[in-house]
Amino acid sequence: MTSKTNEISVDATQAYKDSFNFVNFVRSYGTQLGILGVFFGMWIFFIIMAPNTFLSSNIYYSFMSTIPFFAMMAMPLTVLVIAGEMDLSFPSIMAMGTVTFLLTYNEVSNVWLAFAAALVTGLFIGWLNGIIVVKFGIPSLVATIGTQFFWRGAVLVLSEGHSGTLVYTKETFLRPLLVGKIGDVFPMQMLWLILIAIGSWVLLNRHRFGAHMYLIGDNANSAELMGVNTGRVRIQGFMLVGLIAAFAGIVASLHVTFFWPSQGEGYLLKTLASIFLGGTSVFGGVGTILGSFVGAFMIGAIEAATVAIGWTGFLTQLIYGLIIVLSVIMHTYLGKRLG
Amino acid sequence: MGDRLELINISKSFGKVKALQDINFQLGQNEVVGLLGDNGAGKSTMIKIMTGYYRPTAGQVLFGGKQIDNLTVPKARLMGVETVYQERALAELLTLWRNIFLGRELKNRWGFLDVKKMKAETHRLMTQSMGFTSEAVTPNSKVGKFSGGERQGVAIVRALYFDADIIVLDEPTMGLSLNETEKLLNFVREIKLAGKSAVFIDHNIYHVYSVSDRIVVVDRGKIAGEFLTKDISLETLMEKMIHVAETGTLDLPLS
Repeated sequence: MTSKTNEISVDATQAYKDSFNFVNFVRSYGTQLGILGVFFGMWIFFIIMAPNTFLSSNIYYSFMSTIPFFAMMAMPLTVLVIAGEMDLSFPSIMAMGTVTFLLTYNEVSNVWLAFAAALVTGLFIGWLNGIIVVKFGIPSLVATIGTQFFWRGAVLVLSEGHSGTLVYTKETFLRPLLVGKIGDVFPMQMLWLILIAIGSWVLLNRHRFGAHMYLIGDNANSAELMGVNTGRVRIQGFMLVGLIAAFAGIVASLHVTFFWPSQGEGYLLKTLASIFLGGTSVFGGVGTILGSFVGAFMIGAIEAATVAIGWTGFLTQLIYGLIIVLSVIMHTYLGKRLG
Repeated sequence: MGDRLELINISKSFGKVKALQDINFQLGQNEVVGLLGDNGAGKSTMIKIMTGYYRPTAGQVLFGGKQIDNLTVPKARLMGVETVYQERALAELLTLWRNIFLGRELKNRWGFLDVKKMKAETHRLMTQSMGFTSEAVTPNSKVGKFSGGERQGVAIVRALYFDADIIVLDEPTMGLSLNETEKLLNFVREIKLAGKSAVFIDHNIYHVYSVSDRIVVVDRGKIAGEFLTKDISLETLMEKMIHVAETGTLDLPLS
């Protein structure tokens, strides 16, 4: 056995294909199937309860217009949570990105430079989060509670607490590029969300970066024994979240051509809920982009649906809570059963 | 060519704790060396220096007579070192193919993975080397469901796949059944037959004695002594090990 193992036999390499086997398929994709099941169940329930709303295309265009703002951030954050880390500062990074955009535009009157500056700010804050977590060994949950306050404070100081208009972006190509409508109906932010989701999926499943994120989340000790630079990889994960948060901040601001210093605050729990609803484990090592994507649309749809069904809007949060808790229980159960 | 691997005057401290002091160690061509010593004697620290996981506080590591500075795990791998850790070094939630290629995935220059090839290679290794025959086990199976012996098989195949010259085994029999242990010991003998070298650590003196050419005794961070296995009986070795644990010296007063 020893002498043969390194000869790569071409025949065997080409011969193997994942043959389809129902049991193995369910075992491998149980958590995705579970969340899709809940998603379709909920959808059918909405259609039955409010057919006028949920059988017309308007509601879906509306979802595609508003859900991407937080769904975008759920994508890289899923990757980070899979590595066993957490970032609670992304709502503040959103606002910091937009403030940077405004301040840069005031100086140079160029939206592209302002846009680039916002993204660089996002990367920088993400890098700083990573440094605090990795180099000082602070748990990321704690570290990013701190940076979340710090950068929100920075936003208030830099904007002097004032909101600001972004109407001037209407004359540039940046706005239609980020939040325009294809054929007058399909929102560009939905396209960006899809691109970010695909990009995150590829990074997570088809790139060394994602392989190492999974490994760190599963067994960080083993990752180090196997020569993975766990610090660098985690810092990259934080930078990715920072970058996309700044991007999402610009997209959300351009959509309404306005900036509030409190931007992003409402997105914290929605984004996290999407991720956990989608089956990503807070303990790391487990999670999928598809799950978070579907989770975001469930979270986004519940509010509209309660109103459309004619229930009181007060029920929204109650239903959020119910769906999240039940889904997380389902994921835990499936995880144990399927292994 | 000289020794495959040499440690010269290696010391390693963790804060004020001196884990290793002035260690000199050689691993020859086609030689299996067993490391024996009590818990905390420094065996694991020694091999973690050989594999690039720890950087020594002082001293040099040589491969084939060449000094390698700032040894890291990837550098040690390039020098042909592979390590079989205790079963805990596998990632339980990840699939078999991901575990085989942990930390050195097959990838292109941009870092994108060749998933197809990794799965195919895993499948080939499974059937040819690991002896998995059950339909239920595929490259996509999660390692968490495997038995101790199966996991050790994964760790070994992983070490061999990359054609290492020096195989380091860190307490590989921990948690294995008798049958599985015997397989593992045979595997160490095969390393020797294939012309490679190995460093073998185990608590069980009998295991170490039965596969090693030479036995190095480590005690309290120092090398207490060494024997060629052919020069010493298992009984004498056991006596000496008990003696060293009590006194820190190998010299038996009456013998």
